[in-house]
Amino acid sequence: MKSRRLRPSLADNAVGYLFLAPWLIGFLGLTLYPMIQSLYYSFTQFDMMSPPEWVGFANYIKMFTADKTYMKSLQVTFTYVLWAVPLKLIFALLIAMLMNQKLRFIGLYRAVYYIPTLLGGSVAIAMLWKRLFSGDGAINTILRALGWANPPAWIANPNYALATLVLLTVWQFGSSMIIFLAGLKQIPDEYYEAASVDGAGPITKFFRITLPSLSPVILFNLVMQMISAFQAFTQAFIISAGKGGPLDSTMFYTLYLYTKGFYYYEMGYASAMAWVLLIIIGILTAIIFKSSNMWVSYGSGD
Amino acid sequence: MMSKNTKTILKKLISHVIIIAFGLIMLYPVLWLIASSLKPGSAIFSDPSLIPSSISFEHYVTGWQGVGRIHFSTFILNSLVICFSVVVANVISCSMAAYAFARLKFSLKGLWFGIMILSIMLPTHVTTIPRYVMFNTFGWVDTYLPLIAPKLLATDAFFVFLLVQFMRGLPRDLDESATLDGCGKIGIFLRIVVPLSVPSMVTTALFSFLWTWDDFFNQLLYINTPSKYAVSQGLRMFMDASGQSNWGPMFAMSVVSMIPCFILFFTLQKYFVQGIATTGIKG
Repeated sequence: MKSRRLRPSLADNAVGYLFLAPWLIGFLGLTLYPMIQSLYYSFTQFDMMSPPEWVGFANYIKMFTADKTYMKSLQVTFTYVLWAVPLKLIFALLIAMLMNQKLRFIGLYRAVYYIPTLLGGSVAIAMLWKRLFSGDGAINTILRALGWANPPAWIANPNYALATLVLLTVWQFGSSMIIFLAGLKQIPDEYYEAASVDGAGPITKFFRITLPSLSPVILFNLVMQMISAFQAFTQAFIISAGKGGPLDSTMFYTLYLYTKGFYYYEMGYASAMAWVLLIIIGILTAIIFKSSNMWVSYGSGD
Repeated sequence: MMSKNTKTILKKLISHVIIIAFGLIMLYPVLWLIASSLKPGSAIFSDPSLIPSSISFEHYVTGWQGVGRIHFSTFILNSLVICFSVVVANVISCSMAAYAFARLKFSLKGLWFGIMILSIMLPTHVTTIPRYVMFNTFGWVDTYLPLIAPKLLATDAFFVFLLVQFMRGLPRDLDESATLDGCGKIGIFLRIVVPLSVPSMVTTALFSFLWTWDDFFNQLLYINTPSKYAVSQGLRMFMDASGQSNWGPMFAMSVVSMIPCFILFFTLQKYFVQGIATTGIKG
């Protein structure tokens, strides 16, 4: 027992590092080293045929001054993240509150609501979406029957293609819903009872009790969903047949990165793009965490 | 005035109605996919109805024949090979790392743990290109090795975290009695921690399987020969092979590709909830 305070012995270290070895080798060889390498590539021109050629900041400068498609991909991705993430979280929270009741079949309901998340990332669903939201798709047949004479050809219309992808993302709110549900169950009933005694209505209760109590969970969901939204790829790739169209309206950041790196073999440029993405995500995550002092409450809980 | 009891019943009834109505809207795309795959003919995809006027399995028959002379069963078999290898690799490597973090004492543990957590948040694209270059020099492109080998090195740090959370909750007195019985740290891992951690290992296996089954990016990157394609890319071949007539078979095979997900989901549901709720799996 007293050995707890002592420094780990040689034997402790041997066993510890034995178990850690796979992860440690993986981290050093497949994460850290490639990161350094891609940072180096980002300052080079590199096509995999010939060795990388040092070009300084040229890739970064070109990105922000001479590459319209790049700027477009930034715009598309930010628009996507700004819509998809908040909508998904709001939706997940509302549904979680609806599900947080003692109802018969509630287990079945939760399972059914998780199904879109279970399947949503697949190529099959992306292709289904493309078909459903095409000009002559089933959605438009329904809309016409409801009296909308000329609905847009969603997927094929540059004004709506991205919205269709946002919808597809929001549709997969299942994981966030389950995390919110777990959070809701932690809020003691006495809080709500005390508020009722004080005459608080459901809206006051929501803003004064539910939201503050859930704020750490919201923070967590927000950060994780934002990070994964910036990396969205499959859906845009399938729906636009790998081209990011129409008119680059679904040219997600990662799609453009893939195109540059593995279609045109501009590996240096693609590496620079990857690093800018890392920096963007890093800054946004830092901002969210910093701001969390103002809106996240880690209440005493009792 | 309604009694309080009637009011509660009414409130519950309304909740049921809302949940069911909304659930149906949400499930509509999936139900429509299944219904359409059973409708005969090829000009059926503007038809929004969920009940086929007559049921036909022609799309399943054509779809199963595959595209470009490759049988669809090939894609499924390839996917299964990749998925099972990934599952085994992930479970072994991640639980080893998790045991070290949760139960062992060694220098720099705090540092490595922090790095491990940070690596969960790292966008994968920062490593994509150098990894591709590396695997290319190994001669691994167009094999399954780039999809499987990294998993042997616990690169899905996410699962390490999940398992750490679980192993931390295991009672420690078992370790002590095992130590008295002459068990070393390796013995404790194999005889106590592994058997007790089965639930979290099932969660790890489950999500490893599903994410690999649905993965598209890595397959797109590394697999070039159609006969080596997994399901994701196999499905895409229907679309590339253009022509209206391909939608039917593609839908039918889409349904087939979802069957493993449904089976796992409905048999192992509680592991899903556990996995998501304890770690907040992205998705």
